Amino acid sequence: MSKLVFQRPHALTDIPFSYCPGCTHGIVHRLVAETLDELGIEGTTVGVAPVGCSVLAYEFFGCDMVQAAHGRAPAVATGLKRAMPENVVFAYQGDGDLASIGTAETVHAATRGEKITVIFINNAIYGMTGGQLAPTSLPQQVTQTSPYGRDVNEAGFPIRMVEMLSTLDGVALAQRVTVDSPKNVRVAKKAIKKAFEYQVEGVGYTIIEVVSTCPTNWGLSPADALQWLRDNMLPYYPLGVYRDVKAEGYANVAEAAAARAERLASGGDA
Amino acid sequence: MSEKVLMKGNEALAEAAIRAGCRFFFGYPITPQTELAAYMAKRMPKENGVYLQAESEIAAINMVYGASAAGKRAMTSSSSPGISLKAEGISYMAGADLPGVIINVQRGGPGLGGIQPSQSDYFQATRATGHGDFHLIVLAPSTVQEMTDHAYIAFDLADEYRVPVMVLADGMLGQMMEPVVLPEPKTDESDKPWAVTGHKGERPHNIANSLYLAPERLEETNVERYERYERIKATEQRAEEYLLEDAEIVLVAFGASSRIARSAINKAREKGIKAGLIRPITLWPFPVDAIEAAVPGAKAFLTVEMNMGQMVDDVRLAVSGRRPVEFFGRTGGIIPTPAETLAAIERVAVSLEGGAR
Repeated sequence: MSKLVFQRPHALTDIPFSYCPGCTHGIVHRLVAETLDELGIEGTTVGVAPVGCSVLAYEFFGCDMVQAAHGRAPAVATGLKRAMPENVVFAYQGDGDLASIGTAETVHAATRGEKITVIFINNAIYGMTGGQLAPTSLPQQVTQTSPYGRDVNEAGFPIRMVEMLSTLDGVALAQRVTVDSPKNVRVAKKAIKKAFEYQVEGVGYTIIEVVSTCPTNWGLSPADALQWLRDNMLPYYPLGVYRDVKAEGYANVAEAAAARAERLASGGDA
Repeated sequence: MSEKVLMKGNEALAEAAIRAGCRFFFGYPITPQTELAAYMAKRMPKENGVYLQAESEIAAINMVYGASAAGKRAMTSSSSPGISLKAEGISYMAGADLPGVIINVQRGGPGLGGIQPSQSDYFQATRATGHGDFHLIVLAPSTVQEMTDHAYIAFDLADEYRVPVMVLADGMLGQMMEPVVLPEPKTDESDKPWAVTGHKGERPHNIANSLYLAPERLEETNVERYERYERIKATEQRAEEYLLEDAEIVLVAFGASSRIARSAINKAREKGIKAGLIRPITLWPFPVDAIEAAVPGAKAFLTVEMNMGQMVDDVRLAVSGRRPVEFFGRTGGIIPTPAETLAAIERVAVSLEGGAR
């Protein structure tokens, strides 16, 4: 008798992905969908789809979905979560969405400790509009709008979002992962699942940044894109857990913030 | 068993919204509407509702988008510059066929303008609150009682037609105190099978979305929405008439300026000038039927506005060149006086006599 060991997650619809070959959106979609399956929360989850390549995410996820304006996903997710505290709400955002036009919404949802989960796809470039400079584009990176390479004296420096967000009291979990190898896919899956679990437990705001590829706009083959990611992005965007209040021994962000305030008041480190 | 209480316009409107079943308010402070948000901050927690001060007007309207998508009665309020920031979110709500209530307590513009009352957002409210093919239902209160009544009915209209509804007030109405009868509290009983509440495995997944990459599909949604707008035009036009029966000079004024127009009409009548008033209560749909009915008896129309002449365009469209349509207005936050409005009526009267000779 045969035993089923692998199948399409239920929380993905049958609609084929529209992503380019070698793009890692598909893997990340799958990890989110597996998480909804395993936690049994597909029926109570509402996802917020972004603007950009993954705008059609509302077609791919089987849970109820809302499509938000560019950068506004955290505000829309806030409205959803406040309206339905018992539901699970996640926002799926790219780097232009989250780190450029939606920086204010991102920072403030995080600092409010909004009990939502954000999946942040960082591929260091604007994908859908055809490969322009992103806030996360690397120094010297050539894009359509940095044709001579990103000059940090003119275009400024890339933003390390999870490092920045991890300083905010409302953040329960901030972790950077990638999906360039089976091992790293497993790490990413654990992180995404933990983020949703924290939301269910009401711990606070959770964000998982996934260092991702854009073979089309980087002008590389899928395999070379993964190598470029390893050689260039991971040194600039180191993988790891930047904040995990439960691992630090706190039940939620309020407890962690109170302890941090106490440490600061007594002259200690934040 | 409703008693009359003395309330400030902004606060009466907030109370009426709560009584209409609104439990989700997202806002950002801006003069002259801030009392509305402050009132919500005080009352919402006691009603098991949510008051959240957003980081910006942009965030606030998008929070309304989220709560409305979840099927809840949600509202935001702001004043002119803030409404410009909400434009994007309002367009997305219209595109996703979501209800929701937006309050604009207008101040002078453009830009930062001033903080005094104005009606200079008429074009924005009735023509292009945001990008794309869409309309809002726009209600224009003229008293604190109407601030209350309009907030109360706005949620029903929004739910019935799945469109955002704007209450277009102004700083004078927001800040003034008048006696009001507050409406009886009601609960939201509208059926919202489209809401994104989690499908619980019992139905296909719901999507709140305004993206249609195929132009034919987008056209379809726009055409469908315009059919709904036609229904709204046919059934939701509202206007009030004052001394209109024998009026030869028909003033058209909404909101705060309609109050001044009334005073001026009374004074004109004392001088033997047959003036009357049409007060649009819905600015969109514009009450063209009321204008149409007045055309046969009217010799001329005169709009009185707190702007450089915006609603006058709608009156001219409705009158269609059959009668002269004049405009009198003050702008920058200045409220026209009854005396200068009377002078405007007299100018129209004189020009009519000139024409008759």
